[in-house]
Amino acid sequence: MIPGASVATRSSSYFSDDVLDQGRPGFWQRIHLDAPLLAALLALCGFGLMVLFSASDQDPAAVERQLVRLGVAFGLMIAVAQVSPARLRSWSPLLYGVGVAMLIAVLLVGDVGKGAQRWLDFGVVRFQPSEILKLAVPMMLAWMLSARALPPKLMWVVLAALATMIPVVLIAKQPDLGTSLLVASAGVMVLFVAGMGWGMILSLAAVVAAVTPLVWIGLHEYQRDRVLTFLNPESDPLGSGYHIIQSKIAIGSGGVDGKGWLNGTQSHLEFLPERNTDFIFAVIGEEFGFTGILALLALYLFIILRGLVIAARAQDRFGRLLAGALTLVFFVYVFVNTGMVTGLLPVVGVPLPLISYGGTSMVTLMAGFGIIMGIHTHRIRSRG
Amino acid sequence: MLEANLEDRKREARLVASRTWIAATLVIVALSLVVVRLTHLQVDQHDHFSVLSRDNRVKVQPLPPARGLVYDANGVLLADNHPSFSLEITIEKVDDLDATIEELSRVILIEPRDRARFERQKQQRMRFQGVPIRLNLTPTEVARFAVDGHRFAGVDIRAELVRTYPLGEDTAHVLGYVGRINEQELARIDKSNYAGSHFIGKGGLEKAHEALLHGQVGYQQVEVNARGRVIRTLESQPPVSGKDLHLYLDIGLQQVAKEALGEERGAVVALDPRNGGILALVSNPSFDPNLFVEGISQADYQALLSSPDKPLFNRAVRGQYPPGSTIKQFVALAGLTAGVTTSRRATYCSGAFSLPGHSHRFRCWRRGGHGALSLEQALVQSCDVYFYDLANRLGIDRLSGFLSDFGFGALTGIDVAGELGGLMPTREWKQRVRKQSWYPGETLIVGIGQGSFLATPLQLAVATAAVANHGKVIRPQVARAAQAPGAAAAEQLPMVSHTIALADEHQWELIIDAMAKVVESGTARRIRSTEYRIAGKTGTSQVFSLGQNQRYNAATLPKHLKDHALFVAFAPVEDPRIALAVIVENGGGGGATAAPVARRIMDAYLGGASVPSVPNDSGGERGD
Repeated sequence: MIPGASVATRSSSYFSDDVLDQGRPGFWQRIHLDAPLLAALLALCGFGLMVLFSASDQDPAAVERQLVRLGVAFGLMIAVAQVSPARLRSWSPLLYGVGVAMLIAVLLVGDVGKGAQRWLDFGVVRFQPSEILKLAVPMMLAWMLSARALPPKLMWVVLAALATMIPVVLIAKQPDLGTSLLVASAGVMVLFVAGMGWGMILSLAAVVAAVTPLVWIGLHEYQRDRVLTFLNPESDPLGSGYHIIQSKIAIGSGGVDGKGWLNGTQSHLEFLPERNTDFIFAVIGEEFGFTGILALLALYLFIILRGLVIAARAQDRFGRLLAGALTLVFFVYVFVNTGMVTGLLPVVGVPLPLISYGGTSMVTLMAGFGIIMGIHTHRIRSRG
Repeated sequence: MLEANLEDRKREARLVASRTWIAATLVIVALSLVVVRLTHLQVDQHDHFSVLSRDNRVKVQPLPPARGLVYDANGVLLADNHPSFSLEITIEKVDDLDATIEELSRVILIEPRDRARFERQKQQRMRFQGVPIRLNLTPTEVARFAVDGHRFAGVDIRAELVRTYPLGEDTAHVLGYVGRINEQELARIDKSNYAGSHFIGKGGLEKAHEALLHGQVGYQQVEVNARGRVIRTLESQPPVSGKDLHLYLDIGLQQVAKEALGEERGAVVALDPRNGGILALVSNPSFDPNLFVEGISQADYQALLSSPDKPLFNRAVRGQYPPGSTIKQFVALAGLTAGVTTSRRATYCSGAFSLPGHSHRFRCWRRGGHGALSLEQALVQSCDVYFYDLANRLGIDRLSGFLSDFGFGALTGIDVAGELGGLMPTREWKQRVRKQSWYPGETLIVGIGQGSFLATPLQLAVATAAVANHGKVIRPQVARAAQAPGAAAAEQLPMVSHTIALADEHQWELIIDAMAKVVESGTARRIRSTEYRIAGKTGTSQVFSLGQNQRYNAATLPKHLKDHALFVAFAPVEDPRIALAVIVENGGGGGATAAPVARRIMDAYLGGASVPSVPNDSGGERGD
């Protein structure tokens, strides 16, 4: 690479005077972690454990299991952060191919859990291939689009959309509405960050609107129920509307100051369903009140903005697209979950990221943050 | 080329950066939306949701009162409550009823009989009221369910007090029984007071004194979890148990009366003429009231319904029979007080009576006739012709008017639910019901207690007691007093009475003497007692009518067409302590069948030992 190109690369960064790209790399950069992001993530997980302790009726075993998962997830994050974006980019098509192949395998031979086929059983490990796609789809799209100048041409948008739709449809068939939504949003986010034209965005929205009735026909009965219940939760107070009604009562009765940690009656007396998984946000609302929730949302906002800053400061296209998309998928988690629990959105099985009890999504999310940190810390230095 | 590339890259970086900022803006807008929503929920509507949250966790539970117990005159317990554990399903809280029961049956034995009862009671339940799937759980079963109970939402063990009747059949027709509250009763009762109660009096004393026996419901405020399990009690107001009832009824006498009837279908009502207290009230055959408490099985119920002896039929208060000659003393009193006859006036009985200008012969039970008879002799011999003549001279208006004062044709007001009023025929009644005018001949028939005249054994006993009391008609009562829980003494229930005034008070003595002679030398002479004097009157009530010239022959008649035997009496004549009415269905003559039953009861009550020996009349002739 000629020196001029190197300069061009450096100056292509929006933060042209980025100190990261000059001088000796600092401690955090050498271990390929981002200190602000790491601190926010640790604070979030710490708070999450505290809430979980309350939501699980002060069951230390649940907290312990979650702590082990967090350990694994943070370990994976640190490991992934060590991989350079260039290497990640080269792995992208392979990871995507393997992921889609496993999704097909799930449909053919997968385990049935809660009326849906989501799991592949490898004897020792059971895991959900759909989780891989949450990373593989944005990587694949970033790989596809980063080879050419941005904004992408129509043909590449169509190809990218196709690459997104294949796993989305396969996951929706399992059926797992929540995950397919997240994977689809990952694809959309890559295209958005890539600078897809507004005209194209509008036409895509028009296509989605046109397809919606068809999707409605294809939905399972329980999925339709969820949407209908969302539109009028009081219609079925003991059935599917129960979740929403009880979670609104929990949040509303928390008021400004909350009922206090471990004092939520809605959660402790078991009125609130799925209180340590999808509906844990309602426990926070009940026990910590409006102030507690504002603090939590501020923490989420900080993490998202930090991720976007990292995306903006990334040195190459692949890094920008991937970091931006992964951060925005994290936002989709936050928004869909809080929207669902507060009754703004239909009940879709999306956990509150890094707080809800359960391992799979947490591991994927932390791997995603590993990628973001890696993008931020593996930099081509100018020898100044 | 390189410069162009550089420009492109710069533009591209700016594009991505601008998209990043747009994204950041959208993120902030979206999260603000969530914050606005939260402000709405947590700030604006906080009070509303606080109330909902409190309603969720705080439930008001009714505490059912214990039902009052029932004791006889000597303190023998007749109706008890015993603790019982039952397994209940609240159908509204169960998603798949059949699957739940299927699953339950693996933990606790559920027999087809239990299923059948459950299905039956399910139809009649109140909403959100548990329906028992199993009764009388053993301690082992309770423990087994406690282990697995968490798997069964809407299924609970309930400890409750269940009514039992230790003397069963002996008391069934007096006490009645309690059963589960059904929809019709629900519409009638005070729902808040019955909020925790599952049982209500279905008949007899249990129904008549429901208000006293039931008690006052209590409440507790409890904190419950989503599955309805009680976490702790916040506040409570204890229930007030129902009042215990102390009866006039003497269970010993009741059993004697039942034994005296033996296998015969019939009824006995014995009361204390001084206060109207029911000493014994028997309807034979009887049934086991305990079967009804938790809901009787279809098979048992069918068996009771289809029995030709009608064990469920309370003959004592619902059996309406032509009273026959047992009302002749009242007709005599009517004649005396109206002045249409005197003690000295004689009437000639030729064996039949015809109204002037009519050919129809109203026959006396003695075909040969009694000859000339005074009023006293007419009663002792129970001469029909004398009373045809007397009734004819009284006329139906005065006759039924006077007899109504003794309570005929109206409810006595006894505290046994389900009583019927009999029928005292009047001109007005006939016009209203039969749309016909009154025929003089009917008056004659009424004068000997036949025709459309109907009376219950209870009414006969009450009217007989009134004679013993010289006209004081007392409302009969089974319960003497009610004792509130914890109260030192029982509170006497009020006595209600009215008095019939005669023109001459000596007329009571006249009639009582005649009744005493009925037992000493008349139609009931076989029960004559040396220990105390009995005043009585026999009667026979026709089950089917004979033609003008047919003869009644008991020997050739099937049992169910035989006459009903009746007997009313009180004793001792000088100081009456017991008055009674006995009916033996298809028993033939009153003196032969019903009077000995009465004698055994009076002996048991008054302490006489001798029981009448072998009957000396063949009773082949219809009459008494």
